[in-house]
Amino acid sequence: MGEAAKTVLFEIERRNSTNEESYWEKFEVPYRANMNVISALMEIRRNPVNMDGKKTTPVNWDMACLEEVCGACSMVINGKARQSCTALIDQLEQPIRLQPMKTFPVVRDLVIDRSRMFESLKKVKAWVPIDGTHDLGDGPRMPERKRQWAYELSKCITCGVCLEACPNVNDKSDFIGPAPLSQVRLFNAHPTGAMNRDERLNAIMGDGGLGSCSNSQNCVESCPKGIPLTTSIAALNRETTVQMFRNFFGSDRMVD
Amino acid sequence: MENREFLLRRLHSLLGIIPIGVFLTQHLIVNHFATQGESAFNSASHFMANLPFVIFLEIFVIYLPLVYHAFYGLYIAFTSKHNVGHYSYLRNRLLVLQRYTGIFLVVFIAWHVFETRFQVAVGNAAEADFNMMADILANPLMLAFYIAGVLSATFHLANGLWSFLVTWGITQSEKSQRYANYFTLLVFIVLSVIGIRALFAFV
Repeated sequence: MGEAAKTVLFEIERRNSTNEESYWEKFEVPYRANMNVISALMEIRRNPVNMDGKKTTPVNWDMACLEEVCGACSMVINGKARQSCTALIDQLEQPIRLQPMKTFPVVRDLVIDRSRMFESLKKVKAWVPIDGTHDLGDGPRMPERKRQWAYELSKCITCGVCLEACPNVNDKSDFIGPAPLSQVRLFNAHPTGAMNRDERLNAIMGDGGLGSCSNSQNCVESCPKGIPLTTSIAALNRETTVQMFRNFFGSDRMVD
Repeated sequence: MENREFLLRRLHSLLGIIPIGVFLTQHLIVNHFATQGESAFNSASHFMANLPFVIFLEIFVIYLPLVYHAFYGLYIAFTSKHNVGHYSYLRNRLLVLQRYTGIFLVVFIAWHVFETRFQVAVGNAAEADFNMMADILANPLMLAFYIAGVLSATFHLANGLWSFLVTWGITQSEKSQRYANYFTLLVFIVLSVIGIRALFAFV
């Protein structure tokens, strides 16, 4: 960038509400050192004037933590889904194209509704059930080395980037996507969670579950938290292989 | 058909290797007799065509698995939205190639079976012998079509073997999946050489 070019160019795919047609709007934002996509969007919000010099509505987007741990600010930046808080302007090719992750319903501009991910977590029973009528005391201990390994899987922030990158998560398929699948491996690894292991495996053997993966492996390449999603999927493939035979040939004892 | 998807996908994966992949390998190896001359190919082809219960072998080892794999595969292919433009990673590219070769193979195999086995079945030809293939492949366009067909089939099998290993949970780690890349590349090369050598033996 030359001395004169101290602005940043943006092309943003906008829409006013879920069912309205989208349109592109261009913005030129004054450059500041170390700026990221979010600080540029804040600049647009402060002065909502597009490239044609016309006053427009401020661009809507979602954000919370600004340090890549909440998953709220996911969007498609120059074609790839990622967190906008860690998308540094200096590392992006201009004009920077911002789009909502259209795998999800778009609420407005760059704001999407990720509630399908929560529905999927409920579907695969991604929790440890401990409620009962009396205190059951401590659960079984988890080996420290296993805890450290499981911690990597627990880093999932349900940001939805892996669903956006997956060719099989779309309106023609009911695939729940990589994130909730990997959560099954996490909760099955938990000593108390493992008591409901077969329920989770049977849940992901349902329609739109594990079977819908085609191994494009875009998820593991795209995950901002570096979760080994494809290893999780392959590991679950092995466990469901066993579960499948156990369901048919096994005895009535389903739980380990 | 509620909650049948998992089973149908697993069946699709299994049938692609056993029996279809095994059959394809056997088919290409028998074809390779053509490199030893007309009579070597004819006796091998005659042996295969006159196996006991051959019609049942064909139905259960070839036709039924192939028809299921083809049509369920088409259904799978059209429920994806491919995105190699922005996500141009190796496995994503190979997945798209897997889909395209699959669609092409439905056309190629249908034509190939019509031109050979079906002509024998309806009595237009006595046997699928060396001369039949030599006549077909004398046309350079058909030769190109067959080369594309053989390469699509060997790629589809080799790459399908890779995803079979993942789908059944055999290769889990990144390392094992990487070595499976090398192994299935080798399978692709070896089967392609066998298949292409056989084709040119008829020309």
